[in-house]
Amino acid sequence: MSEVVILVDGLKKSYGPIRAVDGLTFSVYRGEIYSLLGSNGAGKTTTVEILEGIRHPSSGKVSVLGQDPWQHASQLRNKVGIMPQDFRFMERITPREAISYFCSLFSVQNRAKELLKLVELEDSGDVRFINLSGGQKQKVGICLALVNDPQVVFLDEPTTGLDPQARRKIWDLIIKLKAEQRTVILTTHYLEEAEILADRVGIVDHGKMVVEGTPDEIIRKMGTGRKLHIQNIGDIAAHLSKDLGLTMSISGDDIVIPMKNNHDLINILAYAEKKGIDLPRLSLKEDTLDDIFVNMVKENGE
Amino acid sequence: MKLKNIFADLKIYAKNYTRSGSAVFFVFIFPIILMLIFGSIFSGTGSSQVPLYVQNLDSGGSLSSQFLASLNETHVVTVNMIPSNVNIHTYISENSISDALLIPSNFTTSVEGGRAILVYYDNPAVSTSGIAQQAISFAVQAMNNRLSNTSSIVSLSVNTSLTTHTTGYVDYLMPGLIGFVVLISPMFSMTYVVSSYKRDKIFRQLSLTPLTKSDWFVSKFLWYLIVSALSAAEIVAIGAFVFNASMAINLFMAAFIVIGVFMFTSLGILAGAIARSEEGSSVIGNVITFPMMFLAGTFFPISIMPAWLQSFAHFLPLYYIIDGLNSVTLYTNYPAAWFDLAVSFVVAVVIFVMSIWKFNWKEE
Repeated sequence: MSEVVILVDGLKKSYGPIRAVDGLTFSVYRGEIYSLLGSNGAGKTTTVEILEGIRHPSSGKVSVLGQDPWQHASQLRNKVGIMPQDFRFMERITPREAISYFCSLFSVQNRAKELLKLVELEDSGDVRFINLSGGQKQKVGICLALVNDPQVVFLDEPTTGLDPQARRKIWDLIIKLKAEQRTVILTTHYLEEAEILADRVGIVDHGKMVVEGTPDEIIRKMGTGRKLHIQNIGDIAAHLSKDLGLTMSISGDDIVIPMKNNHDLINILAYAEKKGIDLPRLSLKEDTLDDIFVNMVKENGE
Repeated sequence: MKLKNIFADLKIYAKNYTRSGSAVFFVFIFPIILMLIFGSIFSGTGSSQVPLYVQNLDSGGSLSSQFLASLNETHVVTVNMIPSNVNIHTYISENSISDALLIPSNFTTSVEGGRAILVYYDNPAVSTSGIAQQAISFAVQAMNNRLSNTSSIVSLSVNTSLTTHTTGYVDYLMPGLIGFVVLISPMFSMTYVVSSYKRDKIFRQLSLTPLTKSDWFVSKFLWYLIVSALSAAEIVAIGAFVFNASMAINLFMAAFIVIGVFMFTSLGILAGAIARSEEGSSVIGNVITFPMMFLAGTFFPISIMPAWLQSFAHFLPLYYIIDGLNSVTLYTNYPAAWFDLAVSFVVAVVIFVMSIWKFNWKEE
């Protein structure tokens, strides 16, 4: 994972007085799944559209496979695959016909059969687009993005609005793309999706990169550490506080005790055993990307 | 521009189009329904009085006035006057007149001299002609009876050679309906297609393929040319078989269809491009289309409309297409057709340039 496939350096994009992207910098390496996270209006779709050559940046440098996507849009078209947000197609055309059409445009042999099999859509290959389910429509979008056998694939919120089962099928597909050595840029506002799929994540807010790294790195860096949750019954809280000198907080029915290290946990368990105290609903929790994201957005005053 | 891409796009667009029942209905069935309805209403002898056009070149003459009065008394014909300063032959051609009567300038003096001739122009293909001729004969007979009991002073010369071909209502309706198809098939579809493709980001998707905006435009133009030509052929065939109507088919007619389709494909794209929503696009499409549908001479000659509406009609691009089609198919009036063709071409180019300017393939 050393070759830089996508380079974004000091990217800015304004629409009149509104700054959609405000000095964004990041790189994506060959073969990785890079996820841009952010709430609606954070600037991720604008960034992706600039990388796709659809929009022109106000300032900053952008390159995809070493080329400027705005200047060299036609050369990049054969190397890049794109599935736009909320993919739609001509209503009375079937997935098989849509793929054949794109194959003729890209001057490649008809890959309808192979691509329909890849996305497990063979049975609905001859159903008109308008009659497909949300997940099936997204799969057609992915097929069209793959017609030209691209090195880089942009997937813009590929699972928005899908039911959990359909979402998981799309995830499997994205993992397949990575296995085929393609670079995937995934924008999403499902944190869980990024945590499961992405090698690296960039969290964008107000057009700026807030934090970037692997999901684990971000959790370690931005998270508030591990916390022990115990159901608050009787006078457990008072005992633990008085006898062990622990600081704690109450969250609903639970006592929440931050763990500085493993000793804290061992001490609590040993104390409970010695005193014969039952610790109901004991659990150890760590921040997820979701918690970090929510906190971050809260801090930024949204 | 790549021919291969144009045909790939034409193929998929044709599939999507022909699978839409409403699009096919509007282009291939609706014009025929209109033709059958209007044709049945206006071609028959259902009206109680037959219009007769009279040019009285003997306007000061007392006997010509007497003759017209007795013609009116038949209550069979409605007399419409042709201005005395126009050529009756041209007037008949330009106004699709079936029955006309010429009262020569020397009519009164000729009657007084003992021998006068009235010239009647009829169209034997139109069923009203016999009725008009009978009414005129009746009035002639009445006049002769008044003038002399022994000899026929006034005689009627029946002239059918002038009307070189049938100009019944359906003959008039056919070019109008072809204009109608050339208008509505690209206009309604393109306005909707452009706004819905914008909403569904299909243009964006296509812009990421080797297909160009020009390829896409050419494929739409070709498709509506095919659709309009087929529909025009259908109109001519139904007109011929059901109403025994006919029209001259020539290169001029093809030129008007090509320019018309080019014009309204561009106008549909322009309307769809400037609309902010799909609903907005249908409002803009209707505002542009409906006045043209009824006021550009599609179903009735604009000469029956009030003067101010006739002036308005001259601002409608479709007027020049239909007027040109009428000029070549009904009146073989080629100088008028060249003028209409030139106006249509210039208007089409202006609309095309505006549509290219407003219609963005990418979103910026």
